Amino acid sequence: MGKSRDIIAYLQAAPLMAVLLAFLVVPIGMIVVVSFWGATEFSIYPAFQFDNYAFLFGSPVTYKVFFATFKYAFITWIFTLSIGFTVAYFLAFHVRTQAMQTALFLLCTIPFLTSNIIRMISWIPFLGRNGIANQTLISWGLIDEPLEWLLYSDFSVILAFVHLYTLFMVVPIFNTMMRIDKSLIEAAYDNGATGLQTLWHVIVPLTKPGIMIGTIFVVTLVMGDFITVRFMSGSQKANVGRLISNDIALLQYPSAAATAVVLLCTVLIVIGVLLRFVNIRKEL
Amino acid sequence: MSDGANMRGKYDLELVDLTKKFGDTLAVNKISHRFKAGSYVCLLGPSGCGKSSTLRMIAGHENVTEGAILLGGFDVSHLTPAKRGTAMMFQNYALFPHLNVRDNVSFSLRMKGEDKATRDARANELLELVDMTGFADRLPAQLSGGQQQRVALARALITQPKVLLLDEPLSALDPFLRIRMRAELKKLQRELGITFVHVTHGQDEALALGDELVVMNNALIEQAGSAREVWTAPRTEFVARFMGGHNVIALDGGKVALRADDVKLGDHGLPAWVTSIEYQGGHVALTARIEAGEQVLALVPEAIFFQSPKNLGDLVNLAWDEGRLHRLQS
Repeated sequence: MGKSRDIIAYLQAAPLMAVLLAFLVVPIGMIVVVSFWGATEFSIYPAFQFDNYAFLFGSPVTYKVFFATFKYAFITWIFTLSIGFTVAYFLAFHVRTQAMQTALFLLCTIPFLTSNIIRMISWIPFLGRNGIANQTLISWGLIDEPLEWLLYSDFSVILAFVHLYTLFMVVPIFNTMMRIDKSLIEAAYDNGATGLQTLWHVIVPLTKPGIMIGTIFVVTLVMGDFITVRFMSGSQKANVGRLISNDIALLQYPSAAATAVVLLCTVLIVIGVLLRFVNIRKEL
Repeated sequence: MSDGANMRGKYDLELVDLTKKFGDTLAVNKISHRFKAGSYVCLLGPSGCGKSSTLRMIAGHENVTEGAILLGGFDVSHLTPAKRGTAMMFQNYALFPHLNVRDNVSFSLRMKGEDKATRDARANELLELVDMTGFADRLPAQLSGGQQQRVALARALITQPKVLLLDEPLSALDPFLRIRMRAELKKLQRELGITFVHVTHGQDEALALGDELVVMNNALIEQAGSAREVWTAPRTEFVARFMGGHNVIALDGGKVALRADDVKLGDHGLPAWVTSIEYQGGHVALTARIEAGEQVLALVPEAIFFQSPKNLGDLVNLAWDEGRLHRLQS
């Protein structure tokens, strides 16, 4: 009796298991295997050697690039969090009617109907040397010559990241905020809390799970990205994603695989640390 | 709270032409009333009658459209909730789910910037008052409904309010617990000597608790008075019907209220046909239709009913003492 029920339960879970196995576990396993392989200028050969890792950890470029990746992730996180929290707060607590809430929320998602690349590239004419931003600033008399750091810089990379990923912060935070009982806010006022105190002592703690989910989205997306960094920096800046993509372009698969494994572990450690702070289980 | 006792009587709560409009809808229509300091007042009425809006205006969670709210002679209607000397206990208790019981209770002290030792000491005092000392470190989700209510009560009382406002505090509890908690509310109010304004839609709850009842309907106060006054002498048809236990009959061109327990089944009297019989333990509730078409309820003591039991459709004679008829204002 109990046994046949066990078998049925396993069978029910089997399709999902098969999908995860085929499209997640096996590919990652292959990447791990290949990361130990060897490579020459024109071929790769199966082996079990630590050359790729030794080279990776021995090269100062690796540390620089990993540092740059963390820097992008951190700065993007700060901006997406502050913008995302503000937008979600406005939607959840200041917009009175649900119809308006839904309408404004959909408005937030409209830019996401176009592809990442298009949204990214549309910044280029805006930020360029003779772009709209520079011309406007000059015509206002705020600057005399075009600002060079607007495009193909860390500034433009982070700007694009923030633009691309803020919604991933808005959605989970908004979702969590909508579940906050409005009478808690009244209770806080009744207990003498100012608006700021209510925000800090009631709303922020109760929104933590949403903040954490948004953080995981943004951090993993930014750390795994290579195309935004390439386009927006005009190939002048690097992150780990670009390191991997360059290796692949040079057919150095073992080296790319080793970098990917290290990146994967890094991201998992970051998420593991984040999850220690907040329990997101009740949000899922 | 020691000086609070001496100042009793100074903290009468008075509503003056209090009005609340939501857009074009009139939720509260120019009501005026004085709540005597230190009394247990029940604000009673059907849903949508304006009782909750009135309470929320007193608490400061709803703007006053017109009129004033005086506490101890000062207009508090433009002060923030915490500055009014009132505290509110919310219908669903609104405990902060991320804070434990002690931190919930001491929340207002934390907002004032008191240090942790003072806060905890005060919170423990209040928890002792509501008999929840053993639960100080639990989260609200780990408490039963009745326990959550005690915590909410402690949190409201820690601000030392002159008036405690309770928004349907017992409605979330099961019937058994409701009766126990209402006894505790009454006891607590008597001990503290502050005004309790308790919104409810249950007349039995109001009768059991209220020193004074304020019955509202259609944004107006229909009748205010002691529990006994309101029940024995309803002023209008609405009050008579809402408080229950009354028949409203058209007699001699006017409406009169007649208590159901004053209706007797006799040999002479108004002929009527039995339409329903309900056994209620101490009484049998017998409804009969009189010739005019109105239904009249008679609460017949159980022993008397079973001396000559009636069946559906039987012809009975309804009798009462003329002196028990109570004329209603139209």
